Parts: sequence; structure tokens; C-alpha cells
Amino acid sequence: MFTELSTRPLPARRLARRVAGSGLVGALTYPHGVDRYLELVRPRWTLNELRAEVVAVRRSATDSVTLTLAPNDLWTGFEAGQHVAVTVVVDGVRRTRFYSPAGSAHGAPGQVELTVRRHAGGLVSQHLHDHARVGTVVGLGAAAGDFVLPARRPERLLLISGGSGITPLLSMLRTLCDEGHDAPVAFLHYARGREHLAYREELAELAARHRNVRVLNAFTREDGGDLRGHFGPDHLRHVLSGGAAAEAYVCGPSALLESVRGAWSAQGRSTPVRSESFVPPAYAPSGDELGGTVRFGRSELSQASSGATLLEQAEAAGLTPAYGCRMGICHTCTCRKLAGRVRDVRSGELSSAEAESIQLCVSVPAGDVELDL
Amino acid sequence: MTATAAPALTDEQLDAFGSELDAIRERVLADLGARDADYIRGVIRAQRGLEVAGRGLLFLGFLPPAWLGGVAALSLSKILDNMEIGHNVMHGQYDWMEDPALSGTSFEWDSACPSEQWRHSHNYMHHTHTNIVGRDRDIGYGVLRMSEEQRWHPYYLGNPVYAVVLALLFQWGVALHDLEVEQLRTGRASLADRRELLRGIWRKGGRQVLKDYVLFPALAGPGAPQVLAGNAAANVVRNVWSFMIIFCGHFPDGTQEFSLEETAEESRGQWYRRQLLGSANLTGGKLFHVLSGNLSHQIEHHLFPDLPAHRYGEIAVEVKGICARYGIAYNSGPLPRQFGTVVRKIARLALPSRPRGEATPPAVEVARPEPALALAG
Repeated sequence: MFTELSTRPLPARRLARRVAGSGLVGALTYPHGVDRYLELVRPRWTLNELRAEVVAVRRSATDSVTLTLAPNDLWTGFEAGQHVAVTVVVDGVRRTRFYSPAGSAHGAPGQVELTVRRHAGGLVSQHLHDHARVGTVVGLGAAAGDFVLPARRPERLLLISGGSGITPLLSMLRTLCDEGHDAPVAFLHYARGREHLAYREELAELAARHRNVRVLNAFTREDGGDLRGHFGPDHLRHVLSGGAAAEAYVCGPSALLESVRGAWSAQGRSTPVRSESFVPPAYAPSGDELGGTVRFGRSELSQASSGATLLEQAEAAGLTPAYGCRMGICHTCTCRKLAGRVRDVRSGELSSAEAESIQLCVSVPAGDVELDL
Repeated sequence: MTATAAPALTDEQLDAFGSELDAIRERVLADLGARDADYIRGVIRAQRGLEVAGRGLLFLGFLPPAWLGGVAALSLSKILDNMEIGHNVMHGQYDWMEDPALSGTSFEWDSACPSEQWRHSHNYMHHTHTNIVGRDRDIGYGVLRMSEEQRWHPYYLGNPVYAVVLALLFQWGVALHDLEVEQLRTGRASLADRRELLRGIWRKGGRQVLKDYVLFPALAGPGAPQVLAGNAAANVVRNVWSFMIIFCGHFPDGTQEFSLEETAEESRGQWYRRQLLGSANLTGGKLFHVLSGNLSHQIEHHLFPDLPAHRYGEIAVEVKGICARYGIAYNSGPLPRQFGTVVRKIARLALPSRPRGEATPPAVEVARPEPALALAG
């Protein structure tokens, strides 16, 4: 009703949205709001929260799963190369990770294609691999990020990706093809081997259909690709013969980014290299790092950690966070931790490094911490 | 009725007692997951379903069975919303889910009381200072005399009448709680001091009144009187029910009060013991516990206010065992018996009485077994 796929909302659907979003319905559904009722009918029928339903699941490589999402009406599209926040519930807890859509920015309206590579120890990627089904509803964030092509498309392009870094660059390539872009585009993708190569057929098809597109697969751990091994000056010579000038877009592990930049400067190239790194979050808890920094994001204050509770440290910094019992009972001082780990003084337990709610009065920093305070 | 009634435990024993309870808390926290999330989402689904059904049936309120069914469904919806969902979510019991819609610091409930003020008067004042006369304002809500320690005044002759009025209008009593009416009555604070709180109550209460007494009746057109009466009835049912459950939490015979002096320098173990001795449980079936917001497990709730309440029943078995070993009273009984002693206390304290030490012996049987273990210091 509100989110069926169509290029233009039907008048009935527009009317239903108007009514559901009206002040009257707001007053009738107070204090919870209309979304808390609509979502029980269909989870993505939320008027104030961007959500999407999985409409297709495809496994193209052993460690990747490709999901096609149909977002609700709050989705405003994306530019090739941008990323979106995807929120899923894993064992009862909401977890958010960022993924870059792999489809063309001009593709099917209201569809977002994501390819998720499975990381060992990656809560969200493993969850999506094991549990994403047609009909699964996920939270979605608006597209963001400035790893995008300039409005005036470059004359000659080199797209280099490693592993799951393929998605933003594939999005760029598909977008350019949809636009009828006819300048040369070389796509160099690194994977461990054939089994790990996502989008093999799609890339081959794009290269076959568009004379300006050249696709090279490099395998780092086996033969059989167009190239073998990790990126180096020889690979660069192979894709850009004769020192042709090109703008490069690179996405992958930081080692790949560094070697591209290294080769670029070694060959005295002056055209821009733009890059984005995909680093899976570290899960191994580190020991207490004394002497970290406490940052109060909203107040734009930073100070060296004194080792006291975050409530005491915030007060020492001149802030006046709400508090009650100061013993972890009443949750008055609950605050969002934006980054870093904290230790619960009651149990000694170390928190994860994710953004989450913490009780300031019973938390001490373990290393650098940023609070929404 | 204070330290004298509690068995003498050494500081070391109290520390060990506290550690055992801490261990329960940590074990449950480590185990939180899909089961708890599914549970609270299930309760929410049931509540929203009952609410929609109740409001729908009241639109057919010209048919008496539909009216009665509507009142029943809407009453249950408001009870679930306020107790198993609202009260518990606002304690931060589900903060670990990281769902903004279930965040303890922002959740709002279907009650006249602004959640912001509730978090202060209940989560902080009542849960931290439980049963400390002079600090815990839940003792009598500033209106009733619920303790011998509250000095008698002819005003308290009306105790039973005030209690009935408070029960019928409980959501408004709760809404006005943070205003500290007794301070206003005695002239120690003026209305001007409470302007911000009043504004909050006016806003929240106003929206509740608008919804229940203006908009839904208006939408029913000619059926407006039945809808209005049905909504009022549902509010009253919820009010009386929550009054009964809440008054059974700390006022039945056998619950103890404490003075500021004796609780000034409490250890964690002493704090746990005060929560135990100051609270009383209600026995009953599964549905009863859900409808009480699991406040029937008041003892476990006061020990672990931020653990998901549906876990209290499981924890209770262990808590009871620990109490038995340390010889600490564990007060539990069925609703009619516990509420009966509360009613008697309300009536008795209407009349002048002498303070502590002279109280009548407990009318309920309080399980207070002998320490089964030799507790080495």
C-alpha cells in the first residue's frame, strides 16, 4: 500500500500516506505514534523510519551474498559509490553496518542491491549470510559518502577493487554504462580465486556489450585469472598501456590502496586517485589502555582519561549530565557511547566498540571513548 | 521494625550475600538475547492488538456485549502498556537491544504521567531509597499515611477515603507524584517552584485526555457517549489494578521500613538486604505475572530493576534459596491476602498510633527460615 514498487505512487496510496501521517492520526496513536502500529501490519510500512524489504537473495560467490532490497517511500536514491547504513537484529540486538549499493544509480527505481561478504567473526555479515530471506526487513540509512564520480564524467577511468570493495566500483561502472558513457573504462578486480569472484558473469556481460569497457580479474591465490598476484606496477602497466593518463577509483583493503598510490607516484602520474577503504571492525578485545582520551562529541570537548567513571569525568570537564543514584540502578545517566570501549565497574566486563547506550556512573573508559554528550 | 527484625549478619556475610546476587545479575545479563527481544515484542504486539480491538469494539458500543468486550480489551491494553511494557522499558531493561523505540530514556507510555518525571520519581527516588522513611516518597505518595513513622495528623482520618480516590484516579496520582504535593500542602514549596513540572503534566495529561475523551468519542459520532464511557472505564480498571499491584509491593504486613541514619553508609550487600526486606511478592499464574508487569516479583525487581522483568520468575527460585541460606525474610503471598493487609494498614493508620516498636505482629506468614548454613565470617 505505501511501498509497493512503482515509479509513481498511486493516488490511493498517496492519500493513505497523507491520512496516516496526519496530525489527527498522530493524536489518536499518541504516545507511540502511527509507525508503531503500521509496522505490525507490515514491518516496512513506517512513515518516519527508512526500512527495506529483501526481495531477492542470490549467492554468486562462496563467501558473498547479494541482496536486492526494496526500500519504503523514504528512500531518495543514491549516487554510484555511496554507502548506506544497514541495520539488522542479531540475537535481539540492533546492529548497524555500512554497505555500498552495487547496482546502477539509474537502475530499477526503488531497488538497492547489496553484496555482503562474510567476515570471520562479523556478526552482521554472518547473520545476513545465514538468515537473510525474501521478506526479511532491515533498517536502512540514507545514502551518504563522497566517494562518487564527478558530475562531468572523467575521460579515461581506471576502477580497481579488492574483495568486497567491488560494490561501489561496480555501481559506478553500471551507472556509466546506463548513461551511454563511451570513454574507456578499465575495471581491475582482485579476488583470492575463481570461487571468491563475485559478479563474474555480470562483469563479463558488461565488457561484451560495451566496447569501451575492459574487465580484468586478478587472482591473488591461484592461476586462471587475467592477472595473478597482488597489485603492482606490472599490473598497472597491463591495464594502462603506454602511460595513458587516467583517473583512478580504488576500493578495497588498505594494502591495495597503498600499493596503487605507490605505483601512481612511482610512475609520476598526476591524475587523481580517489579511494575508500573497507576495514572490517576489529573484534578482538584489547586490554585496558590507560591514558586514552575521552571525547564529549556534542560539547566538542576532549580530555585525557583520568580513570574515573565517565560520569565523574564529564562533571570534571564542566558538563552537567543527568544522573540519579550514581550506582547503576536508575539509568538516569544513560548516554550514547559513539565509539570506543568501556568497562563496567560492577562486573569488570568490557563493552564492544560499537555505538551503544551505556550508564555513565558505572562505566570507566578502556582506551579512547567518544560520548554523545 | 528495622535492623532488629533482620537477622544479624556480619559485614563479611553481607558482602558474600551481595556477591551471590551480583552473580545472578551478571549471568542473566550475559544471557540476554533473542528470547528476551521476542518476548517484549510479543507483549507489544498483544498490547497493540488489544488496543485496536478494544477501540474498534467500543465503536459498536451500542451493543452491550461489544461495549463490555471493548472495555476489557482496552483495559488490558492499558495495563500491558503501563506495566509489562512501559514501566519495564523505562527502567532501561531493554536498552541493550539498541532499539530507539524501546529506549529507557525516551519511551513514553499511555498514562497521564510524563515519562520524564516518572523516571525521576520512580527509577531514581523510589528504587534508590526504597522504604527509607523521609526519602522514599512512594510511602503514601505524599497523600496517605502508610507508615507508623509518619506522624499522625487529623488530616489522616480521611486515609481510607484518600486511598479510594487515589486508586480510582491512580494515573493522575502518579502524574502529580513528582510535584511533591505534601510540600505544597505544608507551604514548603510553592506552585511557582513547580511550574516546569506542571507544564509537563499539563502537556502529557492533555494529550491523553484529548485522545480518550475528545477525539475517539468524536470519531464515533452518535456512539460518542459509549466510547467516552468505555474509555473512562478502561482507565479506571487500569488505575485500580495498578494501584493494587503497586501497593502490594511495599506495604503488606512484614515489609520493613528504614531510617535515614541506618542506611547512610550502606554496602552493596546491605542495599540488597534493604530491597529484599522492603519488598513483597505476589504469587499467581503466568498470566497474572504478565498483567502485573512482573511486579508480582517485586523483590526480584528491586534487586535487579534493569533486568528484563520476564526473567524474575526464573531468578526468584535462586533468590529465595539465597535468602533461606542467609536467614533473610522473603515475603510472598497471594494477592487477596497481601492486599487485605494493605487495606487494613490504610484503615489502621487513619487513627493515631505510636511509632515503631509498638506495631502489631505480622498477620501474614513470612517465610523466615533459620540459616541452614554455618556462615563463617
